[in-house]
Amino acid sequence: MVSKTFVKVTAEHDESGQVKPLLLTWTDGKKYEIDRVTDVRQAPSLKGGGLGMRYTVKVRGKEVYLFEDEGKWFVEK
Amino acid sequence: MARTILHVDLNNFYASVECLYHPELRGKPVAVSGDVENRHGIILAKNQLAKAAGVKTGEAIWQAKGKCPGLICLPPDYRKYLRFSRLARKIYADYTDKIESFGIDENWLDVSGSVALFGDGMKIANEIRRRIREEMGVTASVGVSWNKIFAKLGSDMKKPDATTVITEENFRQVVWPLPVEELLYVGRSTKNKLNNRAVFTIGDLAARDVQLLKLSLGVWGETLWTFANGLDAAPVAQSGEESFVKSVGNSTTTPRDLVNIEDVKMIVFVLAESVAARLRRHGLKCRTVAVHIRNNELYSFERQGKLAAPSFLASDIAGKALEIFRQNYTWDRPIRSLGVRGADLVTEHGTVQLDMFAPDSAEQEQLERTLDRLRERFGPYCVRRCALLQDDRLTGFNPKDDHVIHPVSFFR
Repeated sequence: MVSKTFVKVTAEHDESGQVKPLLLTWTDGKKYEIDRVTDVRQAPSLKGGGLGMRYTVKVRGKEVYLFEDEGKWFVEK
Repeated sequence: MARTILHVDLNNFYASVECLYHPELRGKPVAVSGDVENRHGIILAKNQLAKAAGVKTGEAIWQAKGKCPGLICLPPDYRKYLRFSRLARKIYADYTDKIESFGIDENWLDVSGSVALFGDGMKIANEIRRRIREEMGVTASVGVSWNKIFAKLGSDMKKPDATTVITEENFRQVVWPLPVEELLYVGRSTKNKLNNRAVFTIGDLAARDVQLLKLSLGVWGETLWTFANGLDAAPVAQSGEESFVKSVGNSTTTPRDLVNIEDVKMIVFVLAESVAARLRRHGLKCRTVAVHIRNNELYSFERQGKLAAPSFLASDIAGKALEIFRQNYTWDRPIRSLGVRGADLVTEHGTVQLDMFAPDSAEQEQLERTLDRLRERFGPYCVRRCALLQDDRLTGFNPKDDHVIHPVSFFR
């Protein structure tokens, strides 16, 4: 019962090292555009388990936590 | 001017990290334990629920399961813990550059220079706790005081996720009623010695005549007395400074008890090879070899001896270690764990006293360096000593790379 899903992410890395996730590909291949990143901070994922950079993103009007844990991206269920 | 020192202790560190990675285990008693097959089957850490059930660090898994039937035991993942330890240090580094680690989950911070920036010790302590909770998902307890000893004591007093402040005004009420074994470096045998002399609390110790303590405990007596009175003035080391190597050692608890000199020889060779390889990598030679022995009753001791000349050769180190062993062990009990340590280090290119009659070690050094390179390319088991092949299970471990968390001493 692990409540997180690893996803494919397309992101933009700028000159200063900032990372901006742009596109999220779900496990079934469906693509979701990331409309806005509202917050970035290091935080634990209490629901999914793990720790990493937490991107608070808006996808189709819904707020989602997108985590990057040592190079792997996941979404809490 | 009085210093402001924090001691930050990450609560139930291994277990907390594992629980964070296994949210499905929340609300269940969890412990991190070693490998039973290889007789490392003891509890290394436990969470609050397991602690409440009476599970203690260091006891065998079967004992723990007896007290706490639903206990879930997880294997340790040191890479994860080292990552968390580094993250915590990064948080501390926002407040001071004087960070001294004491094991993987404890650190002293000297924030005397930054109280004007961030507020007093209590405020910084609370902020660090909040950040560890929010950014890392684990908790810490912090002791705040003007010396390292009381700071450490403070962090042990209230757990988890709490701050304890010990000041020059309140330490007589807060610290002195505590039993004397709460003090850093008062272990079982010192506690017994002190108890026999009617010293039961830290206050008793502080009130004793320091000369009497010196008579009964030696220099230690005086050191402990200064600890008890809050007079310890040891500085918090600058971060990074602790990487300076004082000695290089490896030890192991063997998969079965060692019963004769042949067994001991095998283990000593494995350990000496690792110690020697690590010395070579750091460009160091040792002048003293120390051997640590623990029998199956868990009684342990260490003996050491000087080498004729500084060396980083496994054959020299193993030879000396075996000589020390033969002189000091009487085989009244089988051995459970062995350690070999090279101390009294010098740089490899330092001047040496040449011996007219001893064989030239240059050839031997070249040979061992070649072995290092072979092992780097083809793995640690590509070239091995013949003696080690007698028992694969006993010698099939690699102390150099398997596991790298070393306890550290307060007195550097």
